[in-house]
Amino acid sequence: MGLQAYLTLAAVVFCIGLFGVMTRRNTIGILLGIELMLNSVNINLVAFARYLGDVTGMVFTVFTICITVAEAALGLSIVILLFRVRRTVTADQLDLLKG
Amino acid sequence: MAGNGTLALAALLLHALAFLVLAIAAPLRRLGRPAGYVSILCAAGSLAAAVLSWRAHAGEAISRLVWTWLPSEGQTLATVGVLADADSTLMLVLVALVALLVQVYSLGYLHDEQPPALGRYYTYQSLFAFSMMGLVLAPNFVQLFICWELVGLCSYLLIGFWYQRPAAQRAALKAFWITKAGDVGFLIGIVMLWRHTGTFDLAEMRVLAENGAIPLAGLAVMTFCIYLGAVGKSAQFPLHIWLPDAMEGPTPVSALIHAATMVTAGVYMLHRTSWLFALTPDVLAIVAWVGAFTALLAAVLACVQNDIKRVLAYSTVSQLSYMMAAIGAGFSAAGFLHLLTHGVFKALLFLGAGAVIHAVGSNNLSDMGRLARRMPQTAAVFTIGALSLAGVPFLAGFLSKEEILGATLAGGFVGPFVLLLIVAFLTAFYMFRVVFLAFFAEPVVAPAHAAAGVARVAHATAHVETVVEGAHAHEAPHAHEPPASMLAPLWVLALLSVGIGLYFTVVHPEPEFTSPAWLMPIAVGSALAGIGLAWATYQRRAIDAASLAAAFGPIYRGALNRFWIDDVFERAYLLGILGFSRLVGWIDRYLVDGVLNVLSAWTVTAGEDLRTMQSGRAQDYVYGVAVGVLVILLWVQFG
Repeated sequence: MGLQAYLTLAAVVFCIGLFGVMTRRNTIGILLGIELMLNSVNINLVAFARYLGDVTGMVFTVFTICITVAEAALGLSIVILLFRVRRTVTADQLDLLKG
Repeated sequence: MAGNGTLALAALLLHALAFLVLAIAAPLRRLGRPAGYVSILCAAGSLAAAVLSWRAHAGEAISRLVWTWLPSEGQTLATVGVLADADSTLMLVLVALVALLVQVYSLGYLHDEQPPALGRYYTYQSLFAFSMMGLVLAPNFVQLFICWELVGLCSYLLIGFWYQRPAAQRAALKAFWITKAGDVGFLIGIVMLWRHTGTFDLAEMRVLAENGAIPLAGLAVMTFCIYLGAVGKSAQFPLHIWLPDAMEGPTPVSALIHAATMVTAGVYMLHRTSWLFALTPDVLAIVAWVGAFTALLAAVLACVQNDIKRVLAYSTVSQLSYMMAAIGAGFSAAGFLHLLTHGVFKALLFLGAGAVIHAVGSNNLSDMGRLARRMPQTAAVFTIGALSLAGVPFLAGFLSKEEILGATLAGGFVGPFVLLLIVAFLTAFYMFRVVFLAFFAEPVVAPAHAAAGVARVAHATAHVETVVEGAHAHEAPHAHEPPASMLAPLWVLALLSVGIGLYFTVVHPEPEFTSPAWLMPIAVGSALAGIGLAWATYQRRAIDAASLAAAFGPIYRGALNRFWIDDVFERAYLLGILGFSRLVGWIDRYLVDGVLNVLSAWTVTAGEDLRTMQSGRAQDYVYGVAVGVLVILLWVQFG
């Protein structure tokens, strides 16, 4: 399979993630969408690393995975705190910054 | 001699030193009398330097000491420094002398003042003396103008020295604004003259003028503008109205600033630039006629004043106008001579009046009378001053006054000459009215009041009681000779008046013109007639003062109201300036502020409308970001 197939896969996964972020009511669902978007980026990085024979992309992927894990842990803890305070994790009701 | 200019500079800077020390060392200033001692010490040093400088510059010697101040491309725009010659150093001596005497005198006169106020007084005095000397020694128009404004400022500060009094505040403001009206003309004249001749420097300009290198076209406008400055400063009609009100200041201030030095700055300036004015005879004619008219106007006004200081103030206006008339006739040296002698004896008269006010506690002539018994020394020196002012032979004012009369006649100004002759008579009359009423005659008002009280006794006994009380008060039982610090300056000035008069009798300076032989008898005769009329009216009471006034009905009534000139100014002020202020206020409030208010209201409304875009929901923002990225992508791809 050529590079284009990987890139197409990454684009599809990114769009699915974006769709999830925009449409999910549940905050945890939004976090999952973000994970998908980040992983589509990882696919891109690895694909280009293989294609160009340069390991930098792979190293960056390892970095991204680490940061993603930290981000997921942080995001989930925020959601838990949010639930304790507001008794809800529905994104529509979290509009304290409404103008 | 090399150090000549330096001496004049030292005289100038000593006062600056005193001012700076007092201005910066606030604790010293608040001590009051020690501050006065510092100032007096510097003034004494300054007088010594001024006299030495004068001796060095007698004759034709001129020394210039200038520093570049405003450098501009290739040439110097303005310099500061001193220009010492015979005239300026002589004037310097007068300023230094009167400043020193007034400062000594003030120690006694302002004895009851709070120490901080006294310190403030001496600070202002030092600043004034410095500015006045800077004006006298100015080598160019720029320094002249700056010092001109500085003395105006000091005049404002010192007239308003008792700033707690509303009248003093008003008078200070009036003096400041009215002189400022003339100063605007002065400034315009200086700048136009600079455009015309390319220099501010007096000496350079004089060379140009004497070589005929100054184009005459348009020059009259410039000299007239410069003359306007002198009109304001030297109290010429119609800007003379500030000087009588300036008497709200302490009397020593009046003696120094409003009699001997500052008000003569206009005359002095015209004398310094007489070669320039000689090019524009039309303007000189205006100077002469306005001078003679103001002299008469002020002399008439002086005759009806009851405030001793106001008599002297109008007398100053009148005498300044005398000098102006001589300058207008083209003989500025005669005017300058009268400036010097007048400075001495008018300072003497003011300080003498101050001694009387100090003793009686009132400015009013009707509160005085027979003071010669209690204050013989003051009476003696005041009479010397009055005789000198009246132009009695062997005293300081005699020769200078006669020279002015001769000058107007020699200049071909017969009209002003006649006016000035009337003024000479009136001068003697009003001065001796003061002398007799204050020092020799019985108190004038008390018997009149008593008579009125008797007439009204049937109507109100209470009234009689108050009248009797008043009659006792007129005896002025607490009147006494002033302390030595006040008497000494008086005697110095009195002796100078006599000394100058005797000196001129022996060494008769040759004027630049010849006066007819009948002039001196007429001048002396009119003076003696004035004194005689005053004696008959106020001492012997052979002529009733009221019927004398009635004989001059309309003039008397007009003079009582100052010929309505002050009213005209006040009306003009109310209508013109306040009306204009109101218009400007309206524009600011409704046009300028209005535009700003509309703009801010629009901003607020726009913000109110735009805030609804902020839903506060994170997903809506994600939509925005996604759409934005999409648009950018499309733009990059297809744009």
